[in-house]
Amino acid sequence: MKPAPFEYIAPTTVEEALGHLAEYGYDAKILAGGQSLIPMMNFRLAQPSVLVDLNKLAELSFIRSEKDGELRIGAMTRHFQVERDDLVAEHAPLIHEAMPKIATPQIRSRGTFGGSIAHADPAAELTTICVALDGRFRCQSARGERWVPAQDFFLGMFTSVLEPDEMLVEIAIPPMAPRTGWALEEAARRAHDFALVGVGAVVTLDAKDCCERARLVFFSVGDGPVEAVKATEMLIGKEVSPDLIRAAAEAVTDELDPSADIHASVQYRLHLARVLARRALEKAFARAAAPGTQAA
Amino acid sequence: MSEAMDITVTVNGEVFQKTIEPRLLLSDFIRHELNLSGTHVGCEHGVCGACTILFDGMPVRSCLMFAVQADGHEIRTVEDLGTMENLHPLQEAFQEAHALQCGFCTSGFLMSILPVLEGTTDLSEEDLKRAMEGNLCRCTGYQHIRDAVQLAAEKMSSGSES
Repeated sequence: MKPAPFEYIAPTTVEEALGHLAEYGYDAKILAGGQSLIPMMNFRLAQPSVLVDLNKLAELSFIRSEKDGELRIGAMTRHFQVERDDLVAEHAPLIHEAMPKIATPQIRSRGTFGGSIAHADPAAELTTICVALDGRFRCQSARGERWVPAQDFFLGMFTSVLEPDEMLVEIAIPPMAPRTGWALEEAARRAHDFALVGVGAVVTLDAKDCCERARLVFFSVGDGPVEAVKATEMLIGKEVSPDLIRAAAEAVTDELDPSADIHASVQYRLHLARVLARRALEKAFARAAAPGTQAA
Repeated sequence: MSEAMDITVTVNGEVFQKTIEPRLLLSDFIRHELNLSGTHVGCEHGVCGACTILFDGMPVRSCLMFAVQADGHEIRTVEDLGTMENLHPLQEAFQEAHALQCGFCTSGFLMSILPVLEGTTDLSEEDLKRAMEGNLCRCTGYQHIRDAVQLAAEKMSSGSES
């Protein structure tokens, strides 16, 4: 249980870090919080020959809001900082609510917001939430930069669109529309275990109390965040009722293809998905309808 | 590759200068280079919490950091609490409430709970559980540890008033 030898580089500017990534390419691995990478190195599942440690990049640790209310989080902002931040609680209550569910306090002391996303673990809360909230990711390389919508970022298990010379530097979460509700539901064997199934819901009501928008994004049921598009289409334009929510929740089964493992069969995961989807939608619609929860 | 690097780390108030390999885990650095064996290594992949230390005041898993990352930083380990003759109130509470049997997990629990109690001793039931949620104990069933945290909170709050 000891990591294989590697060359250690700790740049102090983003530019310097990008230069190292350009030079070493596939041989290099980025070290952010290290709470997923270091276990993999301890097991020698990962044996990078060069480790580029971003922990000295203070410029990537920030939380701020833009003039239009968009929330911006620097990739190296640590989980505990996001968890305790008032701006996050106000602008992105779904993220605020999710933070205590991510691993343990000791992991959140060290783990980073951007690291969790770039790691692209299919069991991660933050990847799913960023998709549900229509987040965008700023990816930088020595060649330039690009913004990638969260829903286009994840390609598969532990795989994202990031090129070997590229790194995630910033996350943008758009302001929530008025009358928007949210919920995160997950089932795990013990608190802080990876979820067997989890789901994030974000819904918006129109002036007539009909569903204007709905996103239902699952984690731990596939290779990455999995959105139930058809199930939520059933809700659009309709007046929300318990029966309608139940019908939509039942329908998620058709869009999910989870695998079985030692902890849960396919049938059990699908059962959990239906139950959690119903709970998440109920909670999200109740929040959207509650007066005063949403400043315009 | 993997050239040795010089680091300077403050541990329990004492400054150490060492030359180490970058792949050396912080947990192994503390135990083998500094001979501070109070920090225990259980799972070595971030699950059990036995190796918890305070890194710049925050509880972290020392098996999930490299020692080289501690260069210029401040660490507290369980050795920074009380002595055998003069236990820290948190250690006293663990003894009095029978919060350990084999004791392997104990230093991790202490270092996880310490910053919580140093922040506030007014803990709800939920706070008590949250304070210990990142550590595994295979002996006690946790109830006695929970009781010890509560007892420690009482000791530390009366201590700060007097």
